[in-house]
Amino acid sequence: MANTSSFSSSPSTKFNFDEKPHVLAVDDNLIDRKVIERLFINSTCKVTTAENGKRALEYLGLADGQHPNHNDLKVNLIITDYSMPGMTGYELLKRIKESPTMKEIPVVVVSSENIPTRINQCMEGGAQEFLLKPLQLSDATKLRCHIKKPLQGGFAGEDDHA
Amino acid sequence: MEVGQMQRAWVEYTRSLFREGFLDAQFQQLQLLQDESNPDFVAEVVSLFFEDSERLLADLTFVLEQQNIDFKKVDAHVHQFKGSSSSIGAQRVKNDCIAFRNFCEEQNIEGCLRCLQQVKQDYYLVKSKLEALIRLEQQIVAAGGSIPMEELSS
Repeated sequence: MANTSSFSSSPSTKFNFDEKPHVLAVDDNLIDRKVIERLFINSTCKVTTAENGKRALEYLGLADGQHPNHNDLKVNLIITDYSMPGMTGYELLKRIKESPTMKEIPVVVVSSENIPTRINQCMEGGAQEFLLKPLQLSDATKLRCHIKKPLQGGFAGEDDHA
Repeated sequence: MEVGQMQRAWVEYTRSLFREGFLDAQFQQLQLLQDESNPDFVAEVVSLFFEDSERLLADLTFVLEQQNIDFKKVDAHVHQFKGSSSSIGAQRVKNDCIAFRNFCEEQNIEGCLRCLQQVKQDYYLVKSKLEALIRLEQQIVAAGGSIPMEELSS
């Protein structure tokens, strides 16, 4: 069901797939997707990008009509842009938080606009954090703190350097 | 030109771009993201920015040529353009987009058309500067040198 042209994943080279945190980045802007991808690859994470909320939900197995059977899908952090066509980052956040299987995944919302009501709305909706664009190297370090360690497999002593 | 000279030229040129407001600190962030494992990162992002921008400018021109201008569409395109120019550090273009959005909100056709001209002008300017910068970087690397990023923080 996954259409690989809708989202792209960075190749995991040296590390075992299970060791690297997996970030899902959702943004309709191509440049921003590229920058986020690089920000996180530099911080040694595997990154999957999606160009809108609908694709993100499909990837997570939460789209209408899908059965959430992605037991082996490990996503440790979701970063989503707020302003996207079709479904806003807030709406995506709500869908994720409503899902029994995915609600534990930390979600960070990013936006180019500093609007307090928007920020409050997202924080109340369960966002871990709300960051302003454009993202910088220092944001990647901050964001790594939010990455949830995978629950399956029991990775004792897993690398989590900042 | 030998490598040392090219590197000095690169430093001077980059500094001038910041000084003259073509580029802002966000561009430096992108440069910081480039390393030996991704030596073409900046060139790749810049190239994506060019493609994206040219598409957006074509779309904007089209929408603004219509009898009944769909300001929501104009705003959506300008919002995108503001986003990418901001992410790449193309300061003048970003600021032009901010002004552009204000005219969109007011549904001011004259203002929008003026902004379109301005943003096109500034885009093509920064495009030629970025192309020159990247060419210089490629020459330095081809000659066996490295890009002296650390010189910029002085």
